[in-house]
Parts: sequence; C-alpha cells; structure tokens
Amino acid sequence: MTVLHHIVEPGFFGSAPVHRALLVGTIAALVAGPLGVFTVLRGQSFAGEALGDIGTTGGSGAYLVGVGPLWGFLVFNVAAVTVMELIGVQRRRGRDLATGVVLGSGLGLAALFLYLDATHQSTTGTTVTVLFGSLFSVSATTVPIAIGVAAAVLALLLVVGRPLLLACTNAELASARGIPVRLVGYVYLLALSLAVALCALTIGSILSTALLVGPAASALRVSSRPGPAIAAAAVLGVAATWVGVLLAYDSYAWPPHGQGWPLSFFVVSLVLVIYLACGAVSHVARGRRAAPTLVAG
Amino acid sequence: MFSSFMVNAWIVGTIVAVVAGAVGFFVVARGSSFAAHALPNGSFAGAAGAALIGIDTLIGLAVCSVLGAVSIALLGRRGRHDVATALVLVLMLALGSLFLSLSSQYAPAVYSLLFGEILGIGSGELAPTAGLAAASLLGLALLYRPLLLSSVLPEVARARGIGDVAIELGFLIVVALTAAMTIPVVGTLLVFTVMIGAPAAARSVVSRPAHAIALSVAIALATVWGAIALSYDTNYPVGFYVGTISAGCYLLGRLAGARRGSARAPRAAATALET
Repeated sequence: MTVLHHIVEPGFFGSAPVHRALLVGTIAALVAGPLGVFTVLRGQSFAGEALGDIGTTGGSGAYLVGVGPLWGFLVFNVAAVTVMELIGVQRRRGRDLATGVVLGSGLGLAALFLYLDATHQSTTGTTVTVLFGSLFSVSATTVPIAIGVAAAVLALLLVVGRPLLLACTNAELASARGIPVRLVGYVYLLALSLAVALCALTIGSILSTALLVGPAASALRVSSRPGPAIAAAAVLGVAATWVGVLLAYDSYAWPPHGQGWPLSFFVVSLVLVIYLACGAVSHVARGRRAAPTLVAG
Repeated sequence: MFSSFMVNAWIVGTIVAVVAGAVGFFVVARGSSFAAHALPNGSFAGAAGAALIGIDTLIGLAVCSVLGAVSIALLGRRGRHDVATALVLVLMLALGSLFLSLSSQYAPAVYSLLFGEILGIGSGELAPTAGLAAASLLGLALLYRPLLLSSVLPEVARARGIGDVAIELGFLIVVALTAAMTIPVVGTLLVFTVMIGAPAAARSVVSRPAHAIALSVAIALATVWGAIALSYDTNYPVGFYVGTISAGCYLLGRLAGARRGSARAPRAAATALET
C-alpha cells in the first residue's frame, strides 16, 4: 500500500478536477490519434500546429466581443482552413507555404486582439491561459460541448476515411476511380480544424499538437496498415494522457512545494519516448526481416 | 517618428528585415516554413530557462534554438521531417512552460517575448543583434552555392555528393541564429512572418535566385518600415501590421504571378541556376 501511495498520491481518484481532466483528455486523445494518422500520412503536421495557434486568435477575439472562446476557436479555424485551401497549391511545399501565410496573418491578428484585450480589460493573464491551456481548470460546461465536437469530427472521418486514405497514398488512382480528391482533402481539413479547436481549447495548443502528431507517427512506425495504426494511435494517445495526468497530479508533492509541474511537460515527454521506442522497435523488426534475404542473396 | 528613442527601433528593424528577407528566400525555396515557425517559437524555452538560472536571455535563446535545429535535423534523418519538427517544437514549448512554472515568471514577459517590443529597444541590445545578424549572413554566404543547388535541384545536389543532412543542418542553424537574434527585439511572431511573406511574394514575381533574394529583402524592408511607422502612429502592436502587410504582399505577388501567366513556368526551372 505504501508503494502504491508513492506512485499515486492520495486523493487522486477522489478529486473532481482529476476526473474531468481524465475525461476531457481522453476525448481529445481519442479524436487526435485517429485524425493524426491522416495528418502524418498527408504530411500536414504544420497545418495541425498552425491551427492551434490560429485558435488563439479566435479565443482572444471571442474574449474581446464577449462570446465563449470555443466559438472563436471554431470560427477562426474553419475560416483559416478555407483560406489555406483557396490559396494552397496542391504540391506539398505550396501547402506548407499557404499554412505559413495564413498562420502569419492569424498571429498578427492575435497580437492586435491580445493588445486590445489587455488595454480594455486589463487581463494580461489571458495570454498565458489561452496559449498554454490547463486541463485541470476545464469547466464542467465544456464537457458536453467537447463530446459533441468530438462526435462531429469522428463522423466526418468515418464518411471520408476510405477515399481520403486512397487520396493520401495514391492520388492518381483515387482520381481515376472518380474520387473528388480536392473535396475530400477539404473535408479532412475541416475535420482537422474542428478537432484542433477542441483540443487546443481544452488541453492547450502544445498538447493538441503533441497528441495529434506523436501517437499517430509512432503507430505508423510499427504498422503500415491504416486500421491497426488508427487503433494504436488512439491507445497510445490515451495512455500518454493518463500517465501524464497522474504524474502531473503527483508533482504537486515535488519541489518547489505546492506548485505542481505543467501537465504538458509530462505528456510531451511520454509522447517523445513512445515515438523513439517505436522507431527502435521498427528498426529491430526490419533488421530481422532483412536478415534472411541477405543470406539468400 | 524619428526622435531619439525611435532610432534604435529603425536600426534593429532594418537589420531584421535584411537578414529575414535573405534567409527567408531559402526557407520558402526549401519548403521549410514549419521549421522557420518552430525554431523561433520553441526557443522561447531558452529565454524561460535563462530567466530560471539567471543568465543572459540572448544566450539562452541562441543555445536553445541551435539545439532545436540540431534535433530537428537529426530526428528528421529517419522518419518524416514535419513529424520531427512538430515533436521538437512541442518538446521545446513544454520545457518552456515547465521553466516558466518553476521560476514563476510574470505573464506580461511572455507577451513581449511572443510579440516583441521593437519600440522599447535599448542601445545595449544593438551590438548583440548586429553580431548575430552578421553571423547569420556569413553562414548563408558560406552555404550559398550548395544550399541553392540542394533547394532547387535536390537530385543534382545529391549526385554531386552534397550531403542532405549536412546542408539541412547548416541551414537550420542559420535559421536558428536568425531566430535568436530577432526574438528579444521583435518577438517570435514578426520574424516568422517576415521570413515567409516577403520571399513568397518575391518568388512568385521573379524566378532568378539572386533577383528574388534582392526583391525579398526589399519587400521585407518595406514591410518592417511600414509596420513601425503605422504602429508609431496608431499605437497598435507592430506584429499586427507586419502580419497584415506580409499577407497583403503575398496576395499581390500571387496576383502578379498569375497575370504573368503560366507560359513562362517551364523556363523558370531552367533559369533557376544560371545566376
């Protein structure tokens, strides 16, 4: 029992903020993992990361006009992916550039909104809250909305999943089969914008990117088939979140006293360790598979 | 507008625009927008760490962004480049927020780090900025030929024995130095926007690399100077004007490029290496 107390600080299972953090973190990881597989396959991590920052613009804008931050996140993210799609060249390099241009002007607006927020309402603390998010301060009313957005994202993914996968791996074959490649890509971007809005608002933009890219890239290192990769990404993301929440809760007992270390630090470290471990596993597996052919050749 | 306390802003703005415009040409040519966003953004961890252990912010920024550049180049060697960049970025940001929570830094400091304080630059910051700018430009000059070749015609570069990883590493270090130099004075936002907007606009109008670099520097100068002037007049943040003007330049460049027609597009690749 004493050993258990060292791993799980007392009160972990009884605390309401912890329950909510686990619930919202799980929802975010379950959405980000599967979507992330497509993001990694399409090479659009930058778009995922940029939308997290652009959401900040929306959040600070919403604060300015006095509506809920989620609406700001959603509206700005959907607008951003639409502009990216409109100016984006279909080649990968052009796509990155489109993301960069949209991100640059979005951040410019964020500077303005945060400045106005600070001068009109004298709340400089919002910058940090909006940018870094805190899972432990998620309010109870956010939970049903988060579940709704998560369901919408997974529904979109279910509709376009198959054609999208084909469009990621073989665009020519996809268009030969009559799949509207561009439309499918845009629907994917819409799903991404909703998912990142949800994640960035609830768990912060750092963790949003970490859970979108990390588990999916790890899963794709050990399995190249989409089905298992999607399942593995979801499982790895949830595992990293749970262990991260546990460690962050425990860290309140660590020095400096009574402050706690940020959750993002723990989850990101876990995600990185998982990514490197999956790389090592796939390296060993490939080596074993390659060995007989070397002998035969 | 040109009173004594504004002189430093004009000088630093000019230095930043020249370096960011030149380095940005390669950022856009190589499709490294994500790295150019990640390095300045992530090196915020360096500033937070420097505050924690009590050393100079600029040293923290430089060390952290160069370490970030090396990590991205090494992690990206095997595996996808954008995944490596994203993971290194979130690691740096998470470390930054850890340092910030340990040192209980004050929130406004974060705001000025992200969005810069170009109108409040002291004379003491001029020399380190100029020094780092010179280092970035020198690095770029040394790498110029192989970097250009590997950006425009990667296959040819590989055939001539120019190492992908070595070039990428060198280039990312130049980007990291540029980031470190600009953050304390103009913020992570301004440097990224100038590094993307101006060269993207320039590249859609001219195709010869030397001309495009010159045009990119000119557009960057116009952007930064315009932003400082407007910010001085209206009191709104510089970053807002830089972001808006950059986006406007890119849009104009795209329109001009589209009007010039796609007929000349095949020639662009052929002339790309003549200069």
